[in-house]
Amino acid sequence: MSEHTLLRQEHSDSTAVFGFWVYLMTDCVLFAALFAVYAVLRTGTFGGPGGSEIFNLPNILVETFLLLTSSYTCGLAMLAAHKGRRNEVVAWFGATFVLGFSFLALELSEFHQLLLDGNGPDRSAFLSSYFTLVGTHGLHITIGLLWMLVLMSQVLKRGLKPMTLNRLALLSLFWHFLDLIWIFIFTIVYLMGAK
Amino acid sequence: MSIPKHHLPAEGNLASYTAGFLLSVILSGAAYLAVEQGLVAGTQLIVMLVAFAILQLMVQLVFFLHLDTVSSRWKLLVFLFMAMVVAILVGGSIWIMNNLNYNMSPAATNSFIIHDEGVTK
Amino acid sequence: MSLLGRLTLAAFQHNLITMGGVATMIGGVIAVVVIITYFHRWTWLWTEWLTTTDHKKIGVMYLVVAFVMLLRGIGDAVMLRAQQVLVGSGQGFLSADQFQQVFSAHGTIMIFFVAMGLMFGLLNLIVPLQIGSRDVAFPFLNSMSFWLYVAGVILINLSLIVGDFAATGWLAYPPLSELAYSPGVGVDYWIWSLQIAGIGSLVSGINFLVTILKERCEGMTLMNMPIFIWSVLGSMALVITAFPILTVTLTLLALDRTLGMHFFTAGGGGSAMMYINLIWAWGHPEVYILILPAFGIFSEIVATFSKKRLFGYASMVWAIIAITFLSFTVWLHHFFTMGGGADVNAFFGIMTAVIAVPTGVKVFNWLFTMYRGRISLTTPMYWFLGFVVTFTIGGMTGVLMAVPPIDFQVHNSLFLVAHFHNMIIGGVVFGYFCGFTYWFPKFTGFKLNERLGRYAFWCWLVGFLLAFVPLYILGIMGATRRLDSYDPSMGWQSLFIVAGVGVLVILAGVGFQVLQIAVSIYLRKQNLDTTGDPWDGRTLEWSTSSPPPFYNFAVLPNVDERDPFWEAKQAGTAHEKPVYEDIHMPKNTAIGIYIAAAFFCISFGMVWHMFWLSVLALLAVILLVILRMSDDDTGMIIPAAEVERIESARIHKTQS
Repeated sequence: MSEHTLLRQEHSDSTAVFGFWVYLMTDCVLFAALFAVYAVLRTGTFGGPGGSEIFNLPNILVETFLLLTSSYTCGLAMLAAHKGRRNEVVAWFGATFVLGFSFLALELSEFHQLLLDGNGPDRSAFLSSYFTLVGTHGLHITIGLLWMLVLMSQVLKRGLKPMTLNRLALLSLFWHFLDLIWIFIFTIVYLMGAK
Repeated sequence: MSIPKHHLPAEGNLASYTAGFLLSVILSGAAYLAVEQGLVAGTQLIVMLVAFAILQLMVQLVFFLHLDTVSSRWKLLVFLFMAMVVAILVGGSIWIMNNLNYNMSPAATNSFIIHDEGVTK
Repeated sequence: MSLLGRLTLAAFQHNLITMGGVATMIGGVIAVVVIITYFHRWTWLWTEWLTTTDHKKIGVMYLVVAFVMLLRGIGDAVMLRAQQVLVGSGQGFLSADQFQQVFSAHGTIMIFFVAMGLMFGLLNLIVPLQIGSRDVAFPFLNSMSFWLYVAGVILINLSLIVGDFAATGWLAYPPLSELAYSPGVGVDYWIWSLQIAGIGSLVSGINFLVTILKERCEGMTLMNMPIFIWSVLGSMALVITAFPILTVTLTLLALDRTLGMHFFTAGGGGSAMMYINLIWAWGHPEVYILILPAFGIFSEIVATFSKKRLFGYASMVWAIIAITFLSFTVWLHHFFTMGGGADVNAFFGIMTAVIAVPTGVKVFNWLFTMYRGRISLTTPMYWFLGFVVTFTIGGMTGVLMAVPPIDFQVHNSLFLVAHFHNMIIGGVVFGYFCGFTYWFPKFTGFKLNERLGRYAFWCWLVGFLLAFVPLYILGIMGATRRLDSYDPSMGWQSLFIVAGVGVLVILAGVGFQVLQIAVSIYLRKQNLDTTGDPWDGRTLEWSTSSPPPFYNFAVLPNVDERDPFWEAKQAGTAHEKPVYEDIHMPKNTAIGIYIAAAFFCISFGMVWHMFWLSVLALLAVILLVILRMSDDDTGMIIPAAEVERIESARIHKTQS
């Protein structure tokens, strides 16, 4: 690659990272609106259960540590990527995937149980807000997992070229951001709602 | 194949990721214990939980998302603007809706009037 | 569950007036298809325009679609006024439900598809050129945003043909917009066309924000940027923080309607007031999103047509920053009467009064720029002067309503309707027409006919006053908005007649604009812009040819002060021959179109409960995104020799 092309690639890579960061900021506002709705409607239980009746805190702690650890393994994956170690990247992202998938599975089983008990999102305003806030986060996790699979296959097929490396950087930003949002869901929804 | 260093974004190292991870574990665990063990309660608990959440936010912003004042001035600025909007949106909505509930929900209004404005029945 | 969901033949059955609208629309589409086929231009259209990533062409396409939607929006307005005039004289022609759909469509189309379309059109045309860049930061996303906007346009127009539209006003407040009171497809059409267009706007907001912060040419520091760019920066900061709120609110309403949730329902613990709170938390920043670029346009043209540097650059910047921040602190003034206490009303009332101050600063700066300048009264200047007069009146009525006790009297009256039309027409519309007239030669190579432009302007100005001053009066006298008839014993008929005449004069103005474009094209050889600088401009876009080459600048500019092109002309360095280099440009792509088409299908499926369609289309979106994300070859290189060849041909043509 010529120096000119290298500089251009670098500029477009860092612009992409900044643009993705701006997108993450818009996602923060999106979640903030959902938090505002939750804060306002959480007392609207309409005779149905409130947080203290349906939250299983030990489960939530497990979910929290699963996601947190996955954020850590994602960081380790990026460190490997910067060192050009292709197989380590795939391994660490694989671990991230497994942890993230476990988080999602636990969350889905929690939702499933609520639905079985007749406490679905159509039961009350509180449950609508709860399912939508936590569910939106879960949807983001699902997209992240899918993205992870696509990029892992790209790394295996094409190696760690600059474009692939940059895409990994964007994915890792996304994944860390999802753990950040979870901190607030964990605190505001579950911890504050449980008692 | 190693990639020339000057082409890479700010990246952190093993020590910083591990520090961030351990701090986050501690903060999450502490918050959980405070609630589960009932060590603190009421307003104090809320303040503590919010403080722990914000602390963990900052830990992860720095250690996982590499947000600092040197390499990412614009990222920081956009983040701060977003944070301001979020504070106004969430805080404002809670204040407004509370205000509306105070005035507009018949059942609550009576108790508010008695409780807050000293009107005796 | 049927394959067609709740779609039946009954959805195609409409009354005479609606069928008239449908016939006009379908006739128009068929005419366009026939013309393109006759001239064998389908391939050209696809490769040169539809799949383009060139910001200039995307800008032109936005403007074309926005103008077409302007015609529909004005058509709606004419029907509304006609109904109120005719009913007072005996017989109206619209049923109450039709009237409600017409004013809902009018507002929705004008804000989301005319104003936003004009804005993003002009932004696309000008921003990269003014900052000395080759394109926006993310050309592919730019294409996708445009096509999402088009998907929204198609969906909302489809509601005229299949089914009907929301009868809830342009913001669809619950409980009226909930299933219990609006069980049909109308509100769903409203939700989904706005949802798609909103995502397009959000992505564009990110795109232009990053473009301005990261793609400026060498030497163009923030304080050397044209004020238009500053105003766009403020507007985009608002887009990225306000539009997610709209996305959430629309989604929650959709969840209520489709999955039986209880966010805003009357029962179930929901709160309709929370909807109003959220929708205005988006809605207020939205109007500042629209007006800021218009202010920026005025800053450019006042300086150019006064042959004088803009007065008070730094205070202009601070005013823009102040307006941007304050936009987020006033939204409750849209629902002072909803039941908040004195403390919230007082706070938001004061902030609303405060936000008028930076706007006033800007108006004074424009006037001071004109003072002792060498003024050319071109058509853009007319639009500016018309703005100063009308927007000031509208601003004052706004400050009046910022006082909650006064607002209690005029909230939801025709006074309010007059106020916001005053701001939007006098501010946003006049501003974008001004910009369109000013920059038209840059993109077509010839100027618009001045005389017809002035006729159009006078019709709009006089028409606006005739149409809305009566509404101010009616509002103070107690006339409520959104009514299809008023008791004749009120004695208001004469005012409605004046307002009706006003809208016809505005229609004449639009007629003159259409005529102006047609005549200008016909007479273009006599009005050619051969130098690229027809107005003796000050900023970088005027240093390119008209129209600019697809790469904008053969060599990226290097500036060191404000109004760099003006300064270069004064120093005699404006037209030096540069050393050519290879240029890297993005390739065309159809993926943006396909993604938007898939989003359209998702939305159509959600509206008509054809959920299998929505699911399949969602899978298509995912596959298309993966496809794009796996493409490592999205750019192309134009060798320096090729650049030199293009540039020499252009210079040769200019000099001959």
